[in-house]
Formats: sequence, structure tokens, C-alpha cells
Amino acid sequence: MYKITQLSIFLENRRGKLYNTLNLLAKNDINIRALFLADTTEFGILRLVVQDPIKAKDILEENDHIVKMTPIIGAELDDTPGGLSTVLKIIKDEEIDLEYLYAFTHEKTEKAILLLQADDLDNLIGILTAYKVPLVPAEEVYNL
Amino acid sequence: MWNEEIETMPREDIYELQLKKLQSTVKRAFDKIPYYNKKYSEANVFPEDIETLEDIEKLPFLTKDDLRACYPFGMFAVDKKEIIEVHSSSGTTGKPVVSGYTQNDIDNWGEIVARGLTMMGLDSDDIIQNTHGYGLFTGGFGVHYGAHRLGATIIPISTGQTRRQVEIMADFGTTCLIFTPSYGIYLGEVAKEEGIDFDKLGLKAIGFGAEMWTAEMRDRIEETFKTKAYNIYGLTELMGPGVGIECSAQNGLHIAEDFFYPEIINPKTGETLAEGKHGELVLTNLERESMPIIRFRTKDLTALHYDTCKCGRTLARMERITGRSDDMIKVKGVAIFPSQIEKALLKVSNIEPHYQIIVTRPDIMDEIEIKVEASASLFSDDIKEMMAVKRKIGEYIQNETGIAVNVSLVAPKSIPRSTKGKIQRVIDKRNLH
Repeated sequence: MYKITQLSIFLENRRGKLYNTLNLLAKNDINIRALFLADTTEFGILRLVVQDPIKAKDILEENDHIVKMTPIIGAELDDTPGGLSTVLKIIKDEEIDLEYLYAFTHEKTEKAILLLQADDLDNLIGILTAYKVPLVPAEEVYNL
Repeated sequence: MWNEEIETMPREDIYELQLKKLQSTVKRAFDKIPYYNKKYSEANVFPEDIETLEDIEKLPFLTKDDLRACYPFGMFAVDKKEIIEVHSSSGTTGKPVVSGYTQNDIDNWGEIVARGLTMMGLDSDDIIQNTHGYGLFTGGFGVHYGAHRLGATIIPISTGQTRRQVEIMADFGTTCLIFTPSYGIYLGEVAKEEGIDFDKLGLKAIGFGAEMWTAEMRDRIEETFKTKAYNIYGLTELMGPGVGIECSAQNGLHIAEDFFYPEIINPKTGETLAEGKHGELVLTNLERESMPIIRFRTKDLTALHYDTCKCGRTLARMERITGRSDDMIKVKGVAIFPSQIEKALLKVSNIEPHYQIIVTRPDIMDEIEIKVEASASLFSDDIKEMMAVKRKIGEYIQNETGIAVNVSLVAPKSIPRSTKGKIQRVIDKRNLH
């Protein structure tokens, strides 16, 4: 229930490519919850959390995009200074290798949500739970 | 001239000599090489059917595929112990083509190249710096044997070590350089940097080959090195460099017609074309002990001329090669086929990705870019892994072709398709035609 389905999309690093992809989603009423772009000089990986990942994946694939579904988890943080470093300290002390992370805030709860990717997600879920870091159920993230 | 009798022989006598040699070559191939025996019997054509030179058209063509089917030694007409040397061209679908030589074949090779070096104005007093690679590539050794035959001094420096090349030409007083045009242009740049004054060095001639070239490239070479540059043509299957060499007139390459019988065909229909018409060059060995190659389709596009040359030679002249009738491209002197790229791509992905080969020459050196459309099997959510995929593709292609390429991963369907959904595999932007 804590694994959020993130979409990873291959993008060429060229002017207009990101717009084309996001515009396609907009035209199809896909609402984006969070976005993160990792790029090299030549290509990038666009990572998205959307309301309806399956629908979004179908639309993107119909329009010649390469899309992979990758599970990630979301941890809830206080939207105050130090909120993020508390969680990162736990991850460091427990010797977990993160692949990447990104965060977004939302008005509803005055909390920030930290999205995390690691090799062993189950282990990460276990550790954060033990440290009482609140995890956000996937459904809740989709429907914020 | 090195061999005036042959090189100025009246055309009638050349044809007579060629017919005699063709008849004995076909008979020998038929009797000694099971592959020919089967191929010709199936085509219902036999040595006694060759009564005139035109009768050669009755014989089926030989292609690289035939030679691959005989890999490694199935084309040899002599006992293996008679073979004293083998060369090989890079394989395109795994199996390379093997070329074998007896002592007589090596001697003839030297004779043919010595004629060509003489055409270029060289003699036994000259010092020839050979930058062609020594190895399975025929370029290095062909020139080497020719220089020995001529009695000149050969510097077998091979390719690379460019600054050393410059030092040696200055110290040894090189009078002739042998190179591929693109390497030559690079060598010229480095030599200028090193402050070589070519007016003082006194080069007599340059022999260049193994790649396609343009009049502009020749001009640039001649201007840089302050001497005349002559084209040398050849191919591993028939022997190596020397099949055709330019004379002082620089108006086409004289073919050693006592050793090779040239034809021009329409590559689509296979029909033989008349003098002066452009088509694919087909070559036949007229005097080769080890492996007589008969009607080999070179895929090289050119035209033939039989009028007597300004230099007095009566031997046929072939024009500069202007293209290929298949997808082969020559990059940095190396032959590359799309099939090699495909093979490399299949190693990183279980389904074959769509790709395109783009060759450019931004200044003097060829650059080759392989665009690969990313696919689900090549894509992962991990940048490091994606970079590794890119690097691996580059490494596999380099293993397969021997040259470094730039790989770029592009979006699916971003390479333009024709109306039939086909991708143009090779885009050559070098303006060599």
C-alpha cells in the first residue's frame, strides 16, 4: 500500500521535448502530482507521479514514448526547516543507498512529501516505520 | 615504364592474352575447386564454353557470400602447404574473407605494384614511407612487395605515431609517402605544426588509396605536400592494392590487365555495360595460383576506358570510385557494413533497435555517429545504467568494426521513415560523390 507507482519516461534532451510530453498529458486530463527530471547532455529521464499511472502510461505509449513503471515510497515531513535532514540522517545511519529522491509540498496538510527510491524498498519501508517516520499510502498521493 | 611490352601492348594482343589466361583459369578453378565445380555445373556452364572473352558473361558472378561459404580455405586451388601467406578483410556477418598467396602470387603482386610505383615516377633510388597498416589488411604488404621489386627503400612504419612519421620523413629524406587520404591530410597538418618545409623535403610522389576521395582532397594533399598524388586501388579478394594505379596523366587508374579482367555491369540487372558507362566493377583473376577469383562483384561503382592514355599505356583505365552498390561505407579507411552495427546492437538488446549511421567529415577526419532509438529493453529508470548501455553499444561496435563511434540514444520513431516505413540506414554527409 505504501509503494507508489512512478512513471519513468525517456526524453531526448532537445528543445520542446519536455513540453510535448507534458502537453500530451495535459490534453488528456492527467494531473501531475510530482515531477523530477534527471538529465545528461543528450537524454533525460522524466519521473512523474500522476493520479492515474496506468491511464497515463497507455496514453504515453500510444504516442511513442518509452515508459517504465517504477515503485517508490513517500515519507511525510514537517514543512519546516530540518524536516528533511531528520529523515536523511536515519537513512545515512542505517547505511541505506538511495538511488534518488525528490520532494513536493501540498496545501492540504501543510506537510511535505519526500519521494524516495532505493534498491531495497521493503527494507527502507521497514526502517522508516521503525523510526516512526510516517509513510504516505500510494492512494493518498495519487489523490492529493 | 616497368614493363613496356605489357603496358603498351596493342589492344588486340591484350585480348588474345586475356582469353588464353581466362580459359586456363576457368578450367583450373573447375577442376581443382569443388565450389566452382558445383556452382558452374548447376548453372550448366563448363570450361569449354569459354571460346571468346564475351563468353565470360555465361559464368555466374561470385560475391562475398560465396567466399564466406568457403571460409577459411575452400577457395584454394593448391595444397595448403603451397600457401605462404594469408590476408583477410574484416567480416561483416561474423565470417571474414580469406585471401591466400603462393610464392608466385606474392612475386606477381610485387610486379604489379612495382609497375604502379614506376607510373608514379619512382625508381630504385627512392625512399618510400609506407603508412598503410601491416597486418591482415593487404595495404601494407602490397606496397611493401612492390617497393622490394622496384629496388627502392621501404620504411615499413605502418599507421599512427604521427609525430614520429614526421620526424622520420625529415631525417630519412622520404621521397614517397603512401597513405589513406584522410590519414594523409592529418599527417600534413601535423607536419606543418612541426615546421616541415615540403619545398625543401622534395617528395617525388604520393600514393593514396583504401578510401573514397574527391578531387578537392587530392588538391589539398598536393598543395600540402608540394607534390603529385596518385590513387591506388585494390581489394583483398583479388590480391590487394595494385589492381589499378594512376599514371602521371592522373586520368584514371591503369588496370594490370594481364592479371585482372575487368567488366562493368548494371548492379541491378547484372548485364554487362559498354565502355565509358558507369556501373559496378566486376573483376577476374587471370593469373593466380592460390585462389582464382572469377567474376567477383566488387560493389564499387566506376567506368572503364580503353583508349591509349597520354602516358602511352594501352592498359584499360578505371575512373575514380564514386560509390558503392551496397550499403558499405568506408570510414577512416575501414569498410563498415550496417550488418556489423546490427550485430553489435543485438548484443545489448534482445530485439533489434532501429538505428541510423551518420558519417560526416567536419574537417579532415571522418566522424561516425550511430543514432539508436531507445526501446523498452534499452531503457531503465537509472541514468548510470543508461550511460552504461550507451558505452556498451560503442564498445561492441568498436569490437566489430575496429573504429570508435559516437553513439546517441534518441526517442522512438525519431529517425525518419520512408513511406514504406523503411529507415535510410546510412547517411553519408561527406560529399564524396
